[in-house]
Amino acid sequence: MANLSFARGLLCGAAALGALAGSSLSASAEEVLNIYTTREPGLIKPVLDEFTKETGIKVNTIFINNGLEERIRTEGANSPADVIITVDIGRLAAAKDYGVTQAVKSEALEKVIPAAYRDPEGHWFGIALRGRVVYASKERVKQDKISYEELADPKWKGKVCIRSGQHLYNISLIAAMIAHKGEAKAEEWLKGVKANLAKKPSGGDREQAKDILAGVCDIAVGNTYYVSLMLNGKDEEQKKWGQAINVILPTFEGGGTHVNVSGLALAKNAPNKANAMKFMEYMVSDASQQIHAELNSEYPIKAGIKIHPTIASFGELKADNVQIAKIAELRKKASELVDKVGFDQ
Amino acid sequence: MIARTQTAIGFSSQTKAKRIPWWLSAALAAVGLLVLLPVGALLGIAAEGDAEIWPHLIANVLPASTIDTIALLAGVALVAGSMGVTTAWLVTAHRFPGRNILVWLLPLPLAVPTYITAYIYVEIFDSAGLVQMALRDFMGWRSRSEYWFPEIRSLPGCILVMSAVLYPYIYIAARAMFLTQSASMLEVARTLGASRIKLFRIIALPLARPALAVGLSLALLEALNDIGASEYLGVRTLTVSVYNTWLNRGSLAGAAQIACVMLAFVVGLILIERYGRRDRRYALSPKRHRTVHPVTLKGGRAWTASLLCAMPVLLGFILPTGFLLRETLRGGLVEQFDTDFLAHFMTTIGLSVVATLLVLALAVLLVSAARLSKNSLTKGALLAAGLGYALPGTVLALGLMTPLVGFDNLIGTIWRHLTGERLGLLLMGAAGGIIIAYVIRFLSIATGSLSAGLDRVSPSLEDAARTLGASRREMVWKIQIPLMRPALASAALLIFVDCIKELPATLLLRPLNTETLSTLVYNYASRGRFEDGSLAALVIVLVGLVPVIQLVRSAEAQPKAAETPVS
Repeated sequence: MANLSFARGLLCGAAALGALAGSSLSASAEEVLNIYTTREPGLIKPVLDEFTKETGIKVNTIFINNGLEERIRTEGANSPADVIITVDIGRLAAAKDYGVTQAVKSEALEKVIPAAYRDPEGHWFGIALRGRVVYASKERVKQDKISYEELADPKWKGKVCIRSGQHLYNISLIAAMIAHKGEAKAEEWLKGVKANLAKKPSGGDREQAKDILAGVCDIAVGNTYYVSLMLNGKDEEQKKWGQAINVILPTFEGGGTHVNVSGLALAKNAPNKANAMKFMEYMVSDASQQIHAELNSEYPIKAGIKIHPTIASFGELKADNVQIAKIAELRKKASELVDKVGFDQ
Repeated sequence: MIARTQTAIGFSSQTKAKRIPWWLSAALAAVGLLVLLPVGALLGIAAEGDAEIWPHLIANVLPASTIDTIALLAGVALVAGSMGVTTAWLVTAHRFPGRNILVWLLPLPLAVPTYITAYIYVEIFDSAGLVQMALRDFMGWRSRSEYWFPEIRSLPGCILVMSAVLYPYIYIAARAMFLTQSASMLEVARTLGASRIKLFRIIALPLARPALAVGLSLALLEALNDIGASEYLGVRTLTVSVYNTWLNRGSLAGAAQIACVMLAFVVGLILIERYGRRDRRYALSPKRHRTVHPVTLKGGRAWTASLLCAMPVLLGFILPTGFLLRETLRGGLVEQFDTDFLAHFMTTIGLSVVATLLVLALAVLLVSAARLSKNSLTKGALLAAGLGYALPGTVLALGLMTPLVGFDNLIGTIWRHLTGERLGLLLMGAAGGIIIAYVIRFLSIATGSLSAGLDRVSPSLEDAARTLGASRREMVWKIQIPLMRPALASAALLIFVDCIKELPATLLLRPLNTETLSTLVYNYASRGRFEDGSLAALVIVLVGLVPVIQLVRSAEAQPKAAETPVS
């Protein structure tokens, strides 16, 4: 009978699960490293594979976006987490605030990573940078310079696209604006940008490039690496989105381009601390920095590593001078401003 | 009205409270507490915070997001509700071209996850999506400003996306009810001169109410708790506010406070629905009925019916599946199918199977106990079971983590005392946490469906069994479970499909190196390469199809038996 065969299928599945649970408990003798990451592991897999090849240490990963810090904190003393990989200063600072990291003293890391891109106490280290920049229509935008302040200029009325103001990337940008201009001016600015929007914020950064191609808007805000992913990917449609835009590296008046970090931290109760240290130092080696730059089109943190040609074609990056720790501090304010001006409404 | 006359027969057995054995009471209390565990943890987290965020929320966030939430829910109730009920009534009471195929196709969107549909609809209908680009090429338009096209990234777009995949919850419930409704009632009404539409309105629909309420509440809770689709489509629901408060303002306590307020609303709605149902009974006499005899539609009406039933299938199934298939072939994604993929596939199936079996066992326990003895414990346990589905997946997972790790640490400590070894995390370190989360989340689907199924069985059957000296155990095994069988089968399949699709709790609770098909799709999407996850998404749909087709088959098998006139 149909129901019976379905039940039999259920039992087979249950047996398979039992086998799975058994196998996950058995491996304990070999050297391992457990990575908790908010960054999809596929993005860094070649680096991880290379690390395993070099050291013989097996890498286990779990990819969690929202709630990673809560999980490590709840797991407490028994947490298997060794290394935390995450994107955005907000997340790195949050990990420290949550008390799920521990201080690291490493000459190798400190030598390579500029002081601005690591925690003074060694709770986190930036390993690559990305810029939050302006995508401009090749067809309709002639200027090749712009400031973040200009996004609020009425000349762009109905011509600006952006993803949700509450997205991590935009929150950090708005926090940087608060750091530059103070809260009141930043609020004015945000209102101005809101008034210029061609449509309600939605989608991801790529969708904004798509909207430019479609003629919905002339300029948009997005991260640098997406452009490279669109242009160099397999997808012919996405290539068209990438080809429709020029990237302008905007600057703050009296500052530079807003950059953010992707970085690492040592988990507070790391059971494989020695392996974790090896891994963190490996991540700033020439080899891994080079793979990383090619794979993800981020700006390498280490001087002298070749930048991905697509990214290099945007021109020289002059990173903003606001301390990134300051940005972390102002994120809550920024998030409240977004609500206050009804940016996403 | 009709139902009320029936209650006279079986009234006595429903009101007389009978005692249930101590072990059953203990088990009921345990199940109730298990479901209340994350709710309790949520309250605990909420209590940790102060009211600091509320002035900001009340001034700037809640008015807009409450309106968006209400508009979304009302929209989904209206669109998905009318899609589900209309199609169910059309295919049950009529014959028209394509009807026999549509019966099979209509429940299929159930297998397509909402967030995947949202991504696909954007790929297809967005400004530079397939449809608009083709239109431009054809018409020679150059810019979006030269023509009008509905915006998919919007509230109406979100209502459309959600309704397209959520209507089957209502369709399935409604169809099951229409199928088992007695033809004689409808025929009496017809002889009295009622039109078919009136028939539907005054007899079929009111009688289907308990099942419709279950179906509609499942669909609305899905819509309310969704985060992926609404965020991507730019709808700022209360659930999105919970996330923003938690992630951007670093206030888990504040987020928990909003979640508690939302939960209070949901509980309020559940209670109102129960209150509205309190003194109606929907039991039919145990004799087999002829089911409604389908009327053959002709000409324009027939084609309208075909079109009305084909639309939802097109929107909720053919379009998304077609897109996934296209991407899979176009991107050469079949090569992703390797041993890793197979392992993720097995994990998905294994987790879903174990959770489904557990849910069914617990639901039978709860519902049978409540049927045998209506006391505050059985009622309370049933009510608690309903709460699991009311929590957004991420909130459920966050609430579960503390008790799970607490349990793990306890076992770990005992283990260390006994053996001197370090055990690590038992439930969180393996798949135990995910299974518990699935059980809590989907228990109410089973209890809802089983209760609705049993509600329609006249208590006179059990009274007869009791008079003949049946023990309580015999009542459950020989009377109730066989009678619940159709409901049990459909609940099993719904839960299995829901487990396969589940994302947020799986994501947060899974151990190292463990992926399910859903998390795999999510991985690609969070890389910004959603299309690369098409194979995994397609497999989710295909795996989901197996139980959905079973569901249709068992539902369609019944009328055959019933159509032979017995009475």
